[in-house]
Amino acid sequence: MSASTVVLVILVLAAIAYRTGRARSFAVVGGRRGQRDLHSLPSYYGMLTALWCALPALLIVGVWTASQESILTRLMLAQMPESVQSLPPDQRSLLLNDVKNVVAGNMRLDQISPQEQAAARKFLELRALSRMAMAVVVLAAAMLGALIAWYRIAPQLRARNSVEKIFEWVLLGCSTIAIFTTVGILLSVLFESIRFFQQIPIWDFIFGTEWSPQTAIRADQVGSSGAFGAVPLFTGTLLISAVAMIVAVPIGLFSAIYLAEYAHPRFRAAAKPLLEILAGIPTVVYGFFAALTVGPWLRVVGESVGLNVASGSALAAGLVMGVMIIPFVSSLSDDMITAVPQSLRDGSYALGGTQSETIRRVVLRAALPGIVGGVLLAVSRAIGETMIVVMAAGLSANLTANPLEAVTTVTVQIVTLLVGDQEFDSAKTLAAFALGLVLFLVTLGLNIIALHVVRKYREQYE
Amino acid sequence: MSEPTGNATQRLPGTLRDHRLAAEAVARGLKARYWAERRFKFYGLAAVSLGMLFLAVLFFSIISKGWSAFRQTYVQLEITYDPALLDSDATSTKEALAQADYNAVVKAAMRKLFPTVEGRPNLRKLYALISSSAGFELQHRLADDPGKLATTERVWLLADDDLDQYYKGRILRSEVESTRPLSDQQLDWADQLRKSGAAQLRFNRQFFTSGDSREPELAGVWGAVAGTFFTLLVTLLLSFPIGVAAAIYLEEFAKKNRMTDLIEVNINNLAAVPSIVFGLLGLAVFINFFGLPRSAPMVGGLVLTLMTLPTIIIASRAALKAVPPSIREAALGMGASKIQMVAHHVLPLALPGMLTGTIIGMARALGESAPLLMIGMVAFIVDIPKGLFDPATVLPVQVFLWSDIPERAFVERTSGAIIVLLAFLIVMNGLAVLLRNRFERRW
Repeated sequence: MSASTVVLVILVLAAIAYRTGRARSFAVVGGRRGQRDLHSLPSYYGMLTALWCALPALLIVGVWTASQESILTRLMLAQMPESVQSLPPDQRSLLLNDVKNVVAGNMRLDQISPQEQAAARKFLELRALSRMAMAVVVLAAAMLGALIAWYRIAPQLRARNSVEKIFEWVLLGCSTIAIFTTVGILLSVLFESIRFFQQIPIWDFIFGTEWSPQTAIRADQVGSSGAFGAVPLFTGTLLISAVAMIVAVPIGLFSAIYLAEYAHPRFRAAAKPLLEILAGIPTVVYGFFAALTVGPWLRVVGESVGLNVASGSALAAGLVMGVMIIPFVSSLSDDMITAVPQSLRDGSYALGGTQSETIRRVVLRAALPGIVGGVLLAVSRAIGETMIVVMAAGLSANLTANPLEAVTTVTVQIVTLLVGDQEFDSAKTLAAFALGLVLFLVTLGLNIIALHVVRKYREQYE
Repeated sequence: MSEPTGNATQRLPGTLRDHRLAAEAVARGLKARYWAERRFKFYGLAAVSLGMLFLAVLFFSIISKGWSAFRQTYVQLEITYDPALLDSDATSTKEALAQADYNAVVKAAMRKLFPTVEGRPNLRKLYALISSSAGFELQHRLADDPGKLATTERVWLLADDDLDQYYKGRILRSEVESTRPLSDQQLDWADQLRKSGAAQLRFNRQFFTSGDSREPELAGVWGAVAGTFFTLLVTLLLSFPIGVAAAIYLEEFAKKNRMTDLIEVNINNLAAVPSIVFGLLGLAVFINFFGLPRSAPMVGGLVLTLMTLPTIIIASRAALKAVPPSIREAALGMGASKIQMVAHHVLPLALPGMLTGTIIGMARALGESAPLLMIGMVAFIVDIPKGLFDPATVLPVQVFLWSDIPERAFVERTSGAIIVLLAFLIVMNGLAVLLRNRFERRW
C-alpha cells in the first residue's frame, strides 16, 4: 500500500471511529434520554475517538515516509556484495542515482549495468517490504488508538476539554511554522556556507575584489581558476539599489504628500489603488520591460548625447526597479503622514504657516522616523529583488560606480550559479549559499531596524 | 521682535510700529511663499502623474507588443492524400500510415500553389513558409478518418512564425535583406499568398492549448497555466488552513510571553525576506534533504506556501481584530467554551476578511518566479503536467524563459503570456475587492 492509500484508509477509519465513539457515549448513559448525564456533547466523544484513531497513525506515516528513503538506501547497500560496498564515494553515488532513476520510473531496468540492476531490484524488494510493514503498523496503531478511546468513554470523561486541548495544540503548532521557517532558512544557508568557507577563506570572500566563479574541471584549463571576491557584487547591488531609490523616494514621497494632504478625497480614492497596481505587477514583467524597452531606449538616448550606455546597464535595471518600489514608499509614507495628529497642523496654520510650510516643517518632521523606516524596508526590497536584475542587469562582475556600465548583483549570481545542473560539493554551487547568507542577514538587519522604527513611531500617537 | 523697553509709555507705540513692520515684512514675503506653495503642490501632482505615466507606458508597451500573439497566420493548402507518397507499399495499415512522410504531401501542395518555383534552394525557401508541424496535423487528420486517403481537401495549416511576423508588420520589407529572416523572394510569395486569400490571420488556438515549444508558432501557455494551477493548489490547500490557524492562535489564545513575541517578530520578518531566499530554503530542505523531485509543482507549492504564510497570517489577524469583543463576550456569557466561541461566532464573521487576504497572497504567489528558479521549475517542458509530481513550469517562469529567446516571434509570445498573467492577476484582485465590498461589515 502506498502512503496516500494508507492515509485514505486512516481517514475512513477515523470517520468510523467518530460514529462508534458517539454511539458509545449514548450507550454508556442508556440511550438518548440519558444525554444530560454526559459531561460533554456526544459529538465530542466521537471526535475524541476519531482523533485518538487518526493522530498517532498519521504521525507514524509522516515519520515513516520521510525517513524511508535514506534507511532503505543504507539497508540496500549493506546487503549488496563486497564489490559494491568498496566502491569509491563518487561511483557509489552514481550507482545510487541510477537506481533511484529506475525506481522512479525515469529509466528502464535494461538501461543500467547488471550490478545496478541487482541493487535496484533489492531496493524495490525492500521498499515493498517497508510499505507492507508500514501499513500493518499504522493500521494497528489506528485501531489500538480508537479502541483505547472507545474503552475510556464514560459519563465523567471530559471529552470536550480533551478535544479542545488537542485543537489548541494544533493551532499553536501552526503558528510556530514561522519560527521553523526562519530556522530552516538560517540552517540551510549557514550549513552550505560553512562548507564554502572551508574551501574559500571568509576574508577573501568578503573583501576580495575579483569574482569569477568558474572553477577548473581539469587542472590544465585556462582562465578558470575561480575567484570568489564578492565586493563587485556588493557594489553592483548597491549601485542598482541606489538608482532605484533615487527614482522611488522623491516620487513616492511627493505622491504620498499630495495624496494625503492636497488631493480631493475622490481623486485620492482613484489614484491610490492605481499607484498600488505598480506593486502588484509581477517582477518578471518589469524585468521584460527593462530588458526589451527601457534598456534599448536608454542606449539610443545615450548615443544621441554621446554617451556609451552598456547593454545591461545599472541604470536600466535601477530605473525600472525604482518604478516598482514607488508604491512601497508612497503607501508607507502615506500611513505615516496621515498618522500625524491634526492638532499639529492646526497649530502651524494658527501661526500663519502656509500648507506647504506646515507640511515641510511640521508634518514631515513629525513623520520622519516612520518615513525613514519605510525607506529602509524599500531598500531591503531593492537589494533582494531578483527577476528585474536577472533579466536586465549584466552577468560579469564589474567594480564600478558608473551607472551606465553593466554590473551584476548578489541575486543575479545566486540565480546563475544555481540554475541548471549542479554538483553539490563544488565551491561554485556553495558560493550561491554564501551569497544567500549575506543577503538574508543584510535584509534581516534592515527589516528589524525598519520595523522597530515604524512600530515605535506608530505607538507615539496611539 | 523688538527688544523690551523699560519705559511703559514708549512701549505701546513701539510695539505697534513693530507690528506694522512685521506685517510689511510678511506681506513682502507672501508672494514668494505663495509661489513656493504652488510649486510644492505641483511637485506632488507631478509625482502622482509620473507614477500613473509609468503604469500607462508599461501597460501600453506590453499590450502593443503582445495583443498580436492571440492571432496567428494560417495558410490554406489543397492537400491531396496521395497514396503514392503516403502508402508506398499499398497496405494502408495503420502502422504504415503512421510512419509515412506527411511533409512530402505538404511540399507537394506548396509546389502546386507556386508551380513556377524551381531548384532545390528555392523550393526549400518555399517550404519554410509552412510550419514544420503541418505534417503532424495531416497525420492526425488522416488517422481520424482513414477514408481520406487518395482524396483532396482544403486544409488551413499553421504558417511558419517568420511569415506570421511579416503579416503582422514586425518584419519589414524596408529592412536589409540579410538582416531579416525572410528573403525578398519569400516576401513576394507571402504577398501573393495574402492577395489570393490563402493566408489569413485567425484566432491563435495553439497559444492557449499547447505547451512550450522551440518553434514559436507551436508554443503555448497551457502547460504553464496547468503548472501554475497545480502549484497554487498546493499553496492554497496548505497556506489557508495553516495561516488561519496561526492567526487564531496568536489573536485569541496566545498569552503575552516571549514565545508569542518571537513568533510575531518572525512573521513580520519573513514577510520582508527576499523571495529568492525561500528558493534557497526549498532547494536545500525539500530537494536535497527530503529528496523531493526537482521541477515538481509540489515543491513549488511548498516554497510558495512558506512565502505567502506571513501575508495570510497578518491579514487574518487584522480580520479577527475587526470582530468586536462584544460578540466574544456574548458567546462566553452563554456558556460557550473558548474554542466554541471562536469556531461558531468569531471565525464566520472574520472569514471574508481572511479570504480577501488569502486571495491577495495567492495573487502575489502567482506572480512569483525567483524562488521557483531555484528549485528547477525553469526546465524546457513540452508536456502538459498532469499531477503534483510531474515536471512543470509556471506562467511567470515561462515569461522568463521566452524572454531569453532572440527570435522575434517570441517577443510577441512573451508579451502575450504576460497579458494572460496580468489577466489572471486582475481577476484575482477584482475578486478580492468584490469580496471585501460585498461582505465587509462595519460594526
